[in-house]
Amino acid sequence: MMNDTILQVKDLVVDFNTYAGKVQAIRNISFDLKKGETLAIVGESGSGKSVTTKTLMGLNAENARIAEDSQLIFKGNDLSKLDAKGWQKIRGNEIAMVFQDPMTSLDPTMKIGQQIAEPILKHQNVSKAEAMEQALKLMVGVGIPEPKEHINDYPHQWSGGMRQRAVIAIALAANPDILIADEPTTALDVTIQAQILRMMKDQQAKYHSSIIFITHDLGVVAGIADRVAVMYAGKIVEYGTVDEIYFNPQHPYTWGLLDSMPTTDTKQGSLEAIPGTPPDLLYPPKGDAFANRNQFALAIDHEQQPPFFKVSDSHYAATWLLDERAPKVTPPAPILQRWQHWHDMQAQGV
Amino acid sequence: MTTDKTSKLVEIKNLDLTFNQGRSNAVHALENISFDIYEGEVFGLVGESGSGKTTLGRTILKLYQASGGQILFDGQDVTKLKGRALSDFRKDSQMIFQDPHASLNSRMKVEDIIAEGIDIHHLAKSKADRDAQVLHLLDLVGLNKDHASRYPHEFSGGQRQRIGIARALAVDPKFIIADEPISALDVSVQAQVVNLMKDLQKKHSLTYLFIAHDLSMVKYISDRIGVMHWGKLLEIGPADAVYNHPLHPYTKSLLSAIPVPDPEAERQRQAITYNPSRESDGQERSMVEVGDGHFVLATPVEAEEYRKDQK
Ligand SMILES: Nc1ncnc2c1ncn2[C@@H]1O[C@H](COP(=O)(O)OP(=O)(O)OP(=O)(O)O)[C@@H](O)[C@H]1O
Ligand SMILES: Nc1ncnc2c1ncn2[C@@H]1O[C@H](COP(=O)(O)OP(=O)(O)OP(=O)(O)O)[C@@H](O)[C@H]1O
Ligand SMILES: [Mg+2]
Ligand SMILES: [Mg+2]
Repeated sequence: MMNDTILQVKDLVVDFNTYAGKVQAIRNISFDLKKGETLAIVGESGSGKSVTTKTLMGLNAENARIAEDSQLIFKGNDLSKLDAKGWQKIRGNEIAMVFQDPMTSLDPTMKIGQQIAEPILKHQNVSKAEAMEQALKLMVGVGIPEPKEHINDYPHQWSGGMRQRAVIAIALAANPDILIADEPTTALDVTIQAQILRMMKDQQAKYHSSIIFITHDLGVVAGIADRVAVMYAGKIVEYGTVDEIYFNPQHPYTWGLLDSMPTTDTKQGSLEAIPGTPPDLLYPPKGDAFANRNQFALAIDHEQQPPFFKVSDSHYAATWLLDERAPKVTPPAPILQRWQHWHDMQAQGV
Repeated sequence: MTTDKTSKLVEIKNLDLTFNQGRSNAVHALENISFDIYEGEVFGLVGESGSGKTTLGRTILKLYQASGGQILFDGQDVTKLKGRALSDFRKDSQMIFQDPHASLNSRMKVEDIIAEGIDIHHLAKSKADRDAQVLHLLDLVGLNKDHASRYPHEFSGGQRQRIGIARALAVDPKFIIADEPISALDVSVQAQVVNLMKDLQKKHSLTYLFIAHDLSMVKYISDRIGVMHWGKLLEIGPADAVYNHPLHPYTKSLLSAIPVPDPEAERQRQAITYNPSRESDGQERSMVEVGDGHFVLATPVEAEEYRKDQK
């Protein structure tokens, strides 16, 4: 089974040096990615999702420092030890990324068609004309209307969502082993979003490639992910299969996340927000970082970081509530409903 | 649109805009768009990516020049504003931009970005007052005082978006065009920001044009909703009517594609596909009121069908 794993992240720690001090953006996270699977990373703004994935592309800001003991094992090699030349072979080729801000990854002075053709030219042995032909096909695939008329446009002539689709086309052009997609569809309407997600899934099925998908949209996660990791303040607080996270969530932060998602049935004035703000990562708290916003926090949450407790072979959560000595708490009603549903699913042997 | 319950803050009449007119890559981005935004309401604008939502917002704020039509703000034609009236318009109407990265000056500290409008319009009595206002705004959008002296690149995508919101709120505007103000935020912060925008709306009787792709969120915040596709406004109506009784097939398709936070439901999803060919069939269409305040772009024959459909 081991060789089914394409990527193993072990004890990743990333700090940023700033004038104000050391920002502890990633505070020791570990996870695996299997061949052909889609792992979704969800979590609060600023929790470290983008830093994690930029680390996997060797693209962190200059003031970033990855701790010595961190390991990023990709196909047997530790990426954290790569030099600039080594990264060039991997980046945009074996691991490709769709960035959160489309404008930062598009060159404003270069025609979009050329930008899509570039990775094809770089990594495949084809003529320029053929690369442009493939670029055109990708533009059709990501739903750009009248692509022939717009292949010579510059990025500022495209709408936000069209630029985002250009960036997706560039990443897919490389046909990577791992596609990292950081909020790839937030600027898209739901119909085009559905089309793009289908296209990513098709390419994944065809080449048995893996996807790391970062999004705030729990609806999208429900549709695309096999497994989900929930991040908070530089740590993974819970991970499991998509069904385990949606129907049997254990960490109070995951509860809050699931509760603050509106549906079209949500009545005005009744949207639940998690109160308070996340901790400043210049001075992370010593206990569970979520404790001061957590109505279910125990005394120990303020003192000591919870370890991972096993819920099932595939499901782990870092909350003291799972310790056998912890008092039984009753989660919010919508979460109880989810648990009830989980119970029914188990009973039916789904 | 005939209802005149409250006063109109923004009136848009037959607005038209073509980019690159006369060239092979010409784009007819806005096509004969007419609608009003009432004082104190949230008008939600949804639609296909590339349908012209941002262009419409920018044209209303005079950041783009319309090719035809008229925009009235508080009864005044915005193209004719000059001097004091123009400066007031620039203060009273603010935009929260779609791309937080591109819209924040990377060489300015966060406090100066937020206070830019305060400085331009001389809204602070003293340095201490300016600092206090900035701190208050940071707090409003869920950032803290340590963030004031940092630069935009030190922030995550969602944090940058909140800086943009604080900047727009700083000058105490009447009208805010929020272009995807929450799409870069995680759901819990989205809820905070949307609740915040609603609170501010009540307190300061703000009016919003709220552009977003998240249909659940748009429905939650909006009084009325407009649906755009290919430069045209296809449907307008009260939020509940548009969601519960969508008329235009594009609206129906859009609503059927909303992802739901339920893996089981997602595995069984049935989306309605939309065939846009009818939009280029050359037939004359106009906005027809089919339900109470609920309009749809239709030929007389289509209007009859929509009416039947409603019953
Ligand atoms: N170059 C940098 N210097 C200092 N701090 C940084 C830098 N880059 C990121 N950070 C900090 O690291 C933390 C994690 O940021 P990251 O971009 O990974 O968040 P995120 O989870 O992707 O959030 P979002 O959902 O808003 O995109 C944040 O607190 C951010 O302020
Ligand atoms: N400066 C420009 N020059 C040429 N064409 C442009 C320019 N800005 C926008 N367009 C075109 O006008 C159309 C509408 O763009 P707009 O940005 O308004 O779309 P949108 O509805 O905001 O889309 P999104 O949801 O993707 O942000 C698109 O076809 C776009 O390519
Ligand atoms: Mg991010
Ligand atoms: Mg836009």
